[in-house]
Amino acid sequence: MKMNNYHLLILFSVLLLGCGEKETKKEGFSVERQKSATEQKVDVPETNTVKASERIELSNKGVGPIQSVVLNAEIDQAMAAEGKAVYDQMCLACHRVGKKFIGPPPNNILQRRSPEWVMNMILNPDAMVKEDPLAKDLLQEFNGSPMANQSLTEVQARAVLEYFRTL
Amino acid sequence: MKKLNYFIMTIIGFTALLSSCNNQGKGASSGALASSAAEKVYVAPGEHDEFYAFISGGFSGQLSVYGLPSGRLFKVIPVFSQDAEKAWGYNEETKPMLNTSHGFVPWDDAHHPDISQTNGELDGRYVFINGNNTPRIAKVDLSVFETTEIIEIPNSAGNHSSAFVTENTEYVVAGTRFSVPVPQRDMPINEYKGNFKGALSFLSVNPDDGRMNIEFQLLMPGFDYDLSHPGRGNSHGWFFFTTYNTEEANSLLEVNASQNDKDFIAAVNWKKIEEYVKGGGGTKMPANYAHNVYDDNTHTATSTMKKEVLVVNPVDVPGAIFYLPTPKSPHGCDVDPTGEYIVGAGKLSADLTVHSFTKMLNAIENKKFDGEAYGIPILKFEDVLAGTVSSGGLGPLHTEFDAAGNAYTTFFISSEVVKWKVGSWEVVDRQPCFYSVGHLMVPGGNSRKPFGKYLVAMNKITKDRYLPTGPEVTQSAQLYDITGEKMELLLDFPTIGEPHYAAGIAADIIKERSRKIFNLTDNKHKYATTSDADVKVERNGKEVHVYMTTIRSHFNPDNIEGIKVGDKVYFHVTNLEQDYDVPHGVSIIGANTSELLIMPGQTETFVWEPKQVGVWPFYCTDFCSALHQEMQGYVRVSPENSNIGLSWSLGE
Repeated sequence: MKMNNYHLLILFSVLLLGCGEKETKKEGFSVERQKSATEQKVDVPETNTVKASERIELSNKGVGPIQSVVLNAEIDQAMAAEGKAVYDQMCLACHRVGKKFIGPPPNNILQRRSPEWVMNMILNPDAMVKEDPLAKDLLQEFNGSPMANQSLTEVQARAVLEYFRTL
Repeated sequence: MKKLNYFIMTIIGFTALLSSCNNQGKGASSGALASSAAEKVYVAPGEHDEFYAFISGGFSGQLSVYGLPSGRLFKVIPVFSQDAEKAWGYNEETKPMLNTSHGFVPWDDAHHPDISQTNGELDGRYVFINGNNTPRIAKVDLSVFETTEIIEIPNSAGNHSSAFVTENTEYVVAGTRFSVPVPQRDMPINEYKGNFKGALSFLSVNPDDGRMNIEFQLLMPGFDYDLSHPGRGNSHGWFFFTTYNTEEANSLLEVNASQNDKDFIAAVNWKKIEEYVKGGGGTKMPANYAHNVYDDNTHTATSTMKKEVLVVNPVDVPGAIFYLPTPKSPHGCDVDPTGEYIVGAGKLSADLTVHSFTKMLNAIENKKFDGEAYGIPILKFEDVLAGTVSSGGLGPLHTEFDAAGNAYTTFFISSEVVKWKVGSWEVVDRQPCFYSVGHLMVPGGNSRKPFGKYLVAMNKITKDRYLPTGPEVTQSAQLYDITGEKMELLLDFPTIGEPHYAAGIAADIIKERSRKIFNLTDNKHKYATTSDADVKVERNGKEVHVYMTTIRSHFNPDNIEGIKVGDKVYFHVTNLEQDYDVPHGVSIIGANTSELLIMPGQTETFVWEPKQVGVWPFYCTDFCSALHQEMQGYVRVSPENSNIGLSWSLGE
């Protein structure tokens, strides 16, 4: 019986919420307007926590085959060019430079992530979103859209990382 | 409430217990056996079967892939029939695969799968299968489990004694069941006798890429060539074909083709004919037949019409072809693993006739002939006969072998499998089939090295064996354990279409080579979009080409405007995924064709001809991720005279 009361309470709340929504809709039929209204509401509580995409975790190496990456002071331009070619084919559908798209943008990524973490995210996304707390939060932040495993080789992933350094 | 639930659960529990008691009571005598049979076919969740079985779909036109011993269906590979599920014969890429000299033929009757061999052992590279109605041979590549080549057979009709391979896959053989005028011409049907021909075609298989080519056709007397098998071991280099209707009747064959006491097994020394042809023998004859090849890099098939075929008149190659008298319209023509014995299953007889290859060679050498048929010597029956298997069964059809010197023959009329010993011809066991068994299969049972262990009998009638499904009920396969002296029936399972024949092989030989994805970097499709940067829409008159990509979980572009009524819109969709088991599907409202089902790294194309002004959605048809339901887009269709230009976008 207790359970039933609880359910009724939820039902009522849903009904109430539904009514509320209907009222805002009456203000106008434009979908855009309504969207911006909800976004503003969400912004208030989010000031408490830093978004996963904006967190800085330079000591987290992630989960996967890459234990250590040494970056030379100078960018290897040939490797970066190869990396761009791989990126354009394998990554561009979801990651755009300078713009949040399906996933986060790759520019300045090394200011927020370790090179190992980046490569592990490319090479081992299935395990990363299960075992790495940051990757898990990113999945949430990006709407549950999974990072696809594009079956890159380690060499290709390294080249993509070098390309990221040029952005 | 809880109490009531508990009460109901208790009652259900009791009922279950009671009914299970009842079942055990009824089947008391077979109870223990049934439980051990269940264990033998049980493949635990997540475990793999020991064998693949490729079972022909008969009038479905397709090839099904089952696991043994579980009887689980893994895939139906489209071969000769359109398959909307996989867009086979519907998308622009695979339509050419079903092209023939008669135009686009969307169906056939798929009969006899056979796995490629090396040194007489199954190597698991390809399965060949024949289309019986509009004569064709197809090749299924077992790295992708897809049909990658189909070749039409000219001068043939009812391509039934096919598609069997020699022991190094030198040739795939396609023999005609119906004899016809060669070349085809307008003539009275009743002038069949002496004028019609039966073409036996030998298709070479390129050892590197598997490409098939009709090397030569033997234009044999106008009999019906029913089934065939190659020699192996000592008899490698020969091929054996059963014949019936040696009466050359052209009507009421049910009676008229059963007059002769004996028909023939034709023994063909193909090595001799190969030499003859390589030396310039044979005649190039005008022909018209389709050769269709699917390329896994362009993801596209091409169809080429061939205009010539090399024909050989058997009397021009003396010593290459002989007839072995065999009683009663023989069906199966099966060679034992040693290559010494050729078993003819006289389907209107009770007995099996076994010929000896060694005796045949002696009879040829000593010219022990019993006349000739259209210039082809007939060997004396007694001089080639090795033995007769008298089983008491009726209607023997087909025989396969295990690795321990046993043979297994199906009997259609008496509906049973009979086990007998090769050499002593002694019958050692018989088990009933449910019902009316046609062919059977032992994994590797038509090679030098049978795997043995199981036997699959393929039944035409199932009547009361399963829950009824209206007037049309399934045909079936029955699995027997053949490791003991007695065969033990383990399992019945339904099949697709009509299972005419099957080929089985140890899973280990194939599964490691099974591809998981197509590499995007190898995608050479003419309309591929292998980078999202290249997405575009182009107009060429009334033709519009959409270069689209998909990845979890969006199409790019997903908003398209500027399409007009009367346009022919080609959606060329590339799946950018590079991970195993992430296909995407797509279709749009009102498309007069099937969906696409695009594997990772692949490009496929469907055509849409919008007929109505409006904004029409398209969406992903294969569940791909948690955001699959969001994977959708719109095409705006304007009136024919509209001046809205093409535009496309994603996320803008």
